[in-house]
Amino acid sequence: MAEYKKPTTEAEFAANFHPKKPLMTDTEAYYESSRCLYCYDAPCITACPTGIDIPTFIRQINNDNKDGAAKTIYDSNWMGHACGNVCPTEELCEGACVYNHSDVKPIEIGRLQAHATDKVIRSKKKLFRTGKDTGKKVAVIGAGPAGVSCACELRMLGHAVDIYEAREKPSGLCVYGVAPYKLTNEEAVDEVTYLQEQFGFNVHYSKPVTGRADFEKLEKDYDAVFIGIGLGATSALGIPGEEKQGVMGALEFVEVLRNKHQATPAGNRVIVLGGGNTAMDAASESCRMGAESVTIAYRRGPEEMGAYSFEFDLAKKSGAKALFNVTPMEFLGDGNVTGVKFIRNSSVNGKLEVIPGSEFVEPCDMVLLGTGQGKQVKLLEQVPGLTLDHKGRIVVNEQFQTTNAKYFTAGDAMNGGVEVVNAAAEARRAAHGIDGYLKK
Amino acid sequence: MADLRTNLAGIKSPNPFWLASAPPTNSGYQIMKAFDAGWGGAVWKTLGVPVVNVSSRYGSVNYRDKRMVGFNNIELITDRPLKDNLREISEVKKRFQDHAVIASLMVETKEEWHQIVRDVVNAGADGIELNFGCPHGMCERGMGSAVGQEPKVLQMIVEWVKEVAKVPVITKLTPNISDITRPARAARAGGSDAISLINTIQSIVGVDIDQFVPYPIVDGKSTNGGYCGPAVKPIALNMVKNCAQHPEVNLPISGIGGVENWRDAVEFILLGATSVQVCTAVMHFGFGIIREMLPGLERYMDEKGFKTIEDFRGKALPNIRHWEDLNLKYKVTASINESKCIGCQLCYTACEDGAHQAIALSSDPANRIPSIIDENCVGCNLCSLVCPVEDCITMERRDDGKEHLTWGERTAAGNIPKTFDDPLAGGLHHWVPEPAEALAKKKPRHYKG
Repeated sequence: MAEYKKPTTEAEFAANFHPKKPLMTDTEAYYESSRCLYCYDAPCITACPTGIDIPTFIRQINNDNKDGAAKTIYDSNWMGHACGNVCPTEELCEGACVYNHSDVKPIEIGRLQAHATDKVIRSKKKLFRTGKDTGKKVAVIGAGPAGVSCACELRMLGHAVDIYEAREKPSGLCVYGVAPYKLTNEEAVDEVTYLQEQFGFNVHYSKPVTGRADFEKLEKDYDAVFIGIGLGATSALGIPGEEKQGVMGALEFVEVLRNKHQATPAGNRVIVLGGGNTAMDAASESCRMGAESVTIAYRRGPEEMGAYSFEFDLAKKSGAKALFNVTPMEFLGDGNVTGVKFIRNSSVNGKLEVIPGSEFVEPCDMVLLGTGQGKQVKLLEQVPGLTLDHKGRIVVNEQFQTTNAKYFTAGDAMNGGVEVVNAAAEARRAAHGIDGYLKK
Repeated sequence: MADLRTNLAGIKSPNPFWLASAPPTNSGYQIMKAFDAGWGGAVWKTLGVPVVNVSSRYGSVNYRDKRMVGFNNIELITDRPLKDNLREISEVKKRFQDHAVIASLMVETKEEWHQIVRDVVNAGADGIELNFGCPHGMCERGMGSAVGQEPKVLQMIVEWVKEVAKVPVITKLTPNISDITRPARAARAGGSDAISLINTIQSIVGVDIDQFVPYPIVDGKSTNGGYCGPAVKPIALNMVKNCAQHPEVNLPISGIGGVENWRDAVEFILLGATSVQVCTAVMHFGFGIIREMLPGLERYMDEKGFKTIEDFRGKALPNIRHWEDLNLKYKVTASINESKCIGCQLCYTACEDGAHQAIALSSDPANRIPSIIDENCVGCNLCSLVCPVEDCITMERRDDGKEHLTWGERTAAGNIPKTFDDPLAGGLHHWVPEPAEALAKKKPRHYKG
């Protein structure tokens, strides 16, 4: 196989992980924006969870007002640049473009959005004025898309904001979890830096909130607290051999990859477990790291995969193969993983049934678990009165207020893990919930 | 097979596609290249006392990603010595006997006119075009459009030229005048053998909003230029029609203004032109565009069964009437082909905000296909014009074709509205929403200020 040669230099890594949606040049943006029909009540707006006024920002790009375009984007979505790059636009705005109905290529909305926001981020242009100081202070836990979006909106409303971030860098999964060919760390961090300069919220890095004492201090020092902690580490499967060298979470693999690039320890024969978007990313990434074979193994059939079809297509195009209707039973090997023992199963009325005697071993030297992140239940239990649903998601009302009146939340910790754009949309509304609460 | 040969008042060319007097005809080199590519004729860049030009000469109107839909220039007539031009005319004519070489001329005195006409005819020019149209630079010196705007002066100069010209004379008209047929009639009265139109339209093509200077900019300053290109074609077509229809003009016409493809040429010919002249399209795409023009015209003529240009020249003229002669009983309304509709709703918003509120949206937000409110539709065409899908919105005839009544006939019968609140008002029974409904209506996200 090996469509990709194992990268040994930064240049080779960059070539293998070439951006899926590279930044548009001015000329490209001009031509692409010229194609927009400027639909009435445009379906792309409706399809965007943050409801960006897409036809207007495209018209602004076309009329040489890129600052205005960026402002239109940020007016609806504080993660405008990240979303332009990482959003599943094929499923959202671009999927809704009316051109799809006449077999004309839809407008490349994501790339146009990234083009406009990139311009203002690099020019450091001041686009927003924060609200009049209310004298209220809000603590935000987590500098991911939800936390940063909430912080920006709170500053627009005049509240002071301190963000407490466990890690050294902001932007959450945009820096630690997104496939490198979608968004670079620099781009993700630059957007947060830009927003921080616009809005003057404080970010305290390497300051994890770990237990009851930390929460108590926040409750005492702040008028409200926003939880934007996302999800936790990849959940264990609970099958024998999981501790073996070479078995790791797909998300944890991406994190290393995003920061170590070509120096990332990567397998030659990789098995990726799972049928979601993270599994597809891990497969595409492993291919790009020069693996000889990459196999996606999923318990059910292709039609039941949680991943977007374009992500599966990308993994296949990158060189991955797929095994369907197989359940892992055991990780084999002597210290290092050397194979996965699977059993075949069939799906009867949505229920999985193993086929007795169908066990087989698929050799490998690395296994990436794309089987889902755990919830940070232990940590959340330290907040008195906080209710979690049966899936470990924080329960909120319409104002995104939790069952502890002082706490609000949005993003993955609340929705169970969706897209950056969902976190941005919800967190903005949560800020208004907080605003209402503080004005009471 | 269609015969494209053209004869404009005795000036013969293998096809009706000529280059207009402009930068593409500045030299024998360019004209030979054009003839070699297939062009039928060329009007030499205007000869006279050579000028001195400024640097930065052209400006453009772009529409979205389309460049040069309108174009203007502040370049003057030739800046090359007459003897060089004359020598090159001879050379071109030696190589291309069948092609039309027309010398465009612009000088001041009678003596100069006599001299230069003799010179270009001796050099071998097949015809002469009198540049009475240039609207910038030359007119301030009493030439160009300064002549074209004074029919008496125009006629006098045509008479001077005709005193010595042994080849057909074309008078080129300026559009910077309220009635184009006045200079056209003066040209005829002076003995001109043909007219060509339109020259460029006085224009400011745009303003640099940072430097506060119009384009093109010459050291921080600018001046009005002459406008041409695709954007001026409708004005040119109308003026050609006016001259072609006027019984006192009655001269062969060379049509100019925004011609860039075979279809444009057919339109000019249908309105009475014998040949067409092209400039901007060549300045944009080069002489090579003739590769599309020639076969396009041939195919059209073959399909229609036209053997020569004369077979369809002026064929649309009888169908151009005064407004008062149009049939008020004719009725079309729009029809949306639902299987083609892509749901952009441009027709809805165009009709709702820009016309007659005759298109409705479905109450189901998932259904983005609009529908025509037949009783409100006045048949204006707007929806079909804005629709981005070919043949999705069509205008369908609704009357039975048996009735015919014109404004002129109604006027004669005394059956027209005469007072401000006359019950005969055409829109009296048309449905119009109450003003306040505009505010009550639910608006899409972002539409409210």
